[in-house]
Amino acid sequence: MRELDVKEITSALREMAISINHQLSPDMCDLLNNSDKKEESPLGKQILGQLKENMKIAKEEMIPICQDTGMAVVFAEIGQDVHLVGGNIEDAINEGIRQGYVDGYLRKSVVRDPIDRVNTKDNTPAVIHYSIVAGDKVKLTLSPKGFGSENMSKVYMLKPAQGIEGVKEAVLTAVKEAGPNACPPIVVGVGIGGTFEKCAILAKKALTRSAAIHNEIPYVKELEIELLEKINNLGIGPAGLGGRITALAVNVETYPTHIAGLPVGINICCHVNRHISREL
Amino acid sequence: MDIRLNTPLTRDVTEKLTAGDYVYLSGTIYTARDAAHARMNETLDRGESLPVDWKNNIVYYLGPTPARPGNVIGSAGPTTASRMDKYAPRLLDMGLIGMIGKGKRTKEVLDAVVRNGGVYFAAVGGAGALLSKCIKSAEVVAYDDLGTEAIRKLEVENLPVIVVADCKGNNLYETATEKYKK
Repeated sequence: MRELDVKEITSALREMAISINHQLSPDMCDLLNNSDKKEESPLGKQILGQLKENMKIAKEEMIPICQDTGMAVVFAEIGQDVHLVGGNIEDAINEGIRQGYVDGYLRKSVVRDPIDRVNTKDNTPAVIHYSIVAGDKVKLTLSPKGFGSENMSKVYMLKPAQGIEGVKEAVLTAVKEAGPNACPPIVVGVGIGGTFEKCAILAKKALTRSAAIHNEIPYVKELEIELLEKINNLGIGPAGLGGRITALAVNVETYPTHIAGLPVGINICCHVNRHISREL
Repeated sequence: MDIRLNTPLTRDVTEKLTAGDYVYLSGTIYTARDAAHARMNETLDRGESLPVDWKNNIVYYLGPTPARPGNVIGSAGPTTASRMDKYAPRLLDMGLIGMIGKGKRTKEVLDAVVRNGGVYFAAVGGAGALLSKCIKSAEVVAYDDLGTEAIRKLEVENLPVIVVADCKGNNLYETATEKYKK
């Protein structure tokens, strides 16, 4: 059985946290760089220009793209043929986040308790989603999530009779309600099916998929294209100040569900849709 | 219309501003977000005075990233203003003249803007690296224990903001969206 020292997990996450807060993934850079071509509003064009300039400054001068460097969400896919040695994986993940946020001059945005709200001062703990997969590798995906957009996210428990039209209405309602608060242009992650918690995790995971790639299921791909067009017809525009570019991408994931249900999770992310993966 | 303004602002200046104006702000402004607002509110409830005199001053809803050595501040874009809605009317009634943030406000806040001749500006959310370049100095003046949420005194030069809500009752978030709706 392959052995992997958890210290490698720590050092990978440290580097990933610093890197993704200063330079977006290529899919997001491409979308943002091309966004102003389709913008009709002069103010919208000016704002998209500011966002492009912001990306450049962030990368060249190592100033985080956004001051909300997020709560660290980690998807850890552990190959069933890997034996982790050298310590506890959860501690190793949190140590990587701690080192990344402290050494990388990133903001510490986590409080130890939702009610007493004392800052942990190192941005830990992370929110960790583990899965056991085939193989002898460990794949880590880090997606630091800002809360301007996280706060505008929703779960709807629709009735099966509402079908795909109900899903579209739910997504458009959530985006309309989010309006300027979610820092448009946004990326919308949608999870359809599963259970209450599964659809929310699917929506989160959808945001980590390259925004340049559509879902392989034909009707889901069509849904992504249609929703993007409908969202961009809402008029919200860059920074919510009116325009054509409200969303850069809509990523949808699906899962089998119960005969009585149609859960829909909608995870909204701003244009700073940070996601980075590494295989160890 | 592009306008250049120096802080502190006075009512005769804010009364001329209209939703949609593009403004470059220079001078002193102060940061405060969730925890600082909660603490200021408790201070006022006890009948004590605040660490900052808000009269004719501007609050920037901001919690920056730490400054790298050699920089005055880290990434410094606006946070969602609606979380401060509970506290904003009280400060506006005490003389706070302007707010910089992003996102929708409640009717209570917009009414307080009209009542006091104030203004609500939006800075572009997610442009924290760009906006940080307009900040020439930063100093914690209160609530240091709150870390990123402490109150900071900033000297800014040509900070780009957009008038969203003016004291005539206009709200750009409502009007601008209508124009591009299909």
